[in-house]
Amino acid sequence: MKKIGEVILEVKNISLAFGGVKALTDISFDVREHEIRSIIGPNGAGKSSMLNCINGVYQPTQGSITFKGQTFRHMNSRQVAEMGVARTFQNLALFKGMSVLDNIMTGRNLHMKSNLLMQALRWGPAEREEIAQREKVERIIDFLEIQPYRKTPVGRLPYGLQKRVDLGRALAMEPQVLLLDEPMAGMNVEEKQDMCRFILDVNDEFGTTIVLIEHDMGVVMDISDRVVVLDYGKKIGDGAPDEVRRNEDVIRAYLGTSH
Amino acid sequence: MGFLIETVFGGLMTGMLYSLIALGFVLIFKASGVFNFAQGAMVLFAALAMARFSEWIPKWLGFDNAILANILGFLAACAVMIVVAWCIERFVLGKLVNQEGITLLMATLGITYFLEGLGQSLFGSDIYKIDVGMPKDPIFLFEKSFEGGVLVNKEDLYAALIAAVLVALLALFFQKTATGRALRAVADDHQAAQSIGIPLSRIWVIVWSVAGVVALVAGIIWGSKLGVQFSLSLVALKALPVVILGGLTSVPGAIIGGLVIGVGEKVSEVYLGPHLGGGIEIWFAYVLALGFLLIRPQGLFGEKIIDRV
Repeated sequence: MKKIGEVILEVKNISLAFGGVKALTDISFDVREHEIRSIIGPNGAGKSSMLNCINGVYQPTQGSITFKGQTFRHMNSRQVAEMGVARTFQNLALFKGMSVLDNIMTGRNLHMKSNLLMQALRWGPAEREEIAQREKVERIIDFLEIQPYRKTPVGRLPYGLQKRVDLGRALAMEPQVLLLDEPMAGMNVEEKQDMCRFILDVNDEFGTTIVLIEHDMGVVMDISDRVVVLDYGKKIGDGAPDEVRRNEDVIRAYLGTSH
Repeated sequence: MGFLIETVFGGLMTGMLYSLIALGFVLIFKASGVFNFAQGAMVLFAALAMARFSEWIPKWLGFDNAILANILGFLAACAVMIVVAWCIERFVLGKLVNQEGITLLMATLGITYFLEGLGQSLFGSDIYKIDVGMPKDPIFLFEKSFEGGVLVNKEDLYAALIAAVLVALLALFFQKTATGRALRAVADDHQAAQSIGIPLSRIWVIVWSVAGVVALVAGIIWGSKLGVQFSLSLVALKALPVVILGGLTSVPGAIIGGLVIGVGEKVSEVYLGPHLGGGIEIWFAYVLALGFLLIRPQGLFGEKIIDRV
């Protein structure tokens, strides 16, 4: 039984508009340490927009985000990464020309201390550091079961494996909070099961807090601790999976109303 | 036979210089996905800075030592190129993060005109000379094997050596360092690179500085051969077919592309010229590049771009 901790991330009254189009309206919810918190909703509900606000890709027009006790009007991608938030992408954003190993190694970037000159000369400490980082990366590769593809350029791997590399790169950052943007989109049942297992294991073994976006209700309800439901940019439900499943608004959003 | 070798040698030397300029293109393209139209202007700007500073600094400080003047001039020019890199990031590229390649290309076109204008108004628009003490005298090689030997310009030999060292250093940097890996990551996907905490702005300053120093080296070598003048920025046009031939993403490609074009144009000028009426040197590179675009658009060593449909 895992222990769910204090609130680590809280979004308050977030609104986001692109010109006249309102992507998000007045959304508030919190994420507790070590939990799997899902954001679900039909296509176009604003799930990815929400994630992009947390990640600093979009700047919300209103509201605030509190992370580890610090409150921000909007976030900055790099700063967020430094504070221990990693993410994966809905439409894979891997470094296609680079090998699986190099892709995951880039995730260690923030943990690298030695400077450029030392790296270039492969001088003692820099060399040791590279080896130490490499060990961590190898562990991730083992964990995700992608050992045979270590040296393969990522662009050549099938889609399901690319998704794993994307997850691996995020894990390499040793994040406290992991944002997953539809990690199971476009996968077959078997691949989905594998991905679910990885997500649960990450949460379990490393205690990583996970914010998961998914529109496949079934998967989400099985693995989440708490769920936020968005529809047309508004929050229509929030709570444990069973509560949400019974929520009238949620049923209507997913199934439509009978007239 | 001696004459053929001599022609090939001459071609290799010119080719090496094309390679140096092409290298600047490849570096920036690899690391930021930007096709940098301003590379030629950077060569001109760097060479002007070098030529003028090595002339001014002795005057300011009141000493008369050619070697010291060149060293200080070189350092000053390096500093200037780093400032240029920083400004380009701060005022141009930094504002264009996550934009389309074509937008960035147009931005570098703007930088080209700006640098050409600024360079000439800061440093003057006359013809200046750079004299880094490269030996000008020709030497004869293989005198035993051929009658009369092979005539080679010593200056060219030194230039080729410098270029080779530079290339080796760059290859090491890109493949073996964590920063090099970060550079390649940024080239592939800005957004993803940001999400794992790679500082885009710092990476761009680094890569433009490196490209600036490569431009400086190219500028010094060309400048000491031909003098520093506006036409230097046009040499870059010869580097375009080189990168098409070698592949935009490949450092070795830039080198081999440069050599192939250098040798090709010299040999065809000498041996085909009399039959076709001469002037082949002027168009040879472009026709070759055109042929490559039809047959192998990614170049000899470029990464093949496969899009998932």
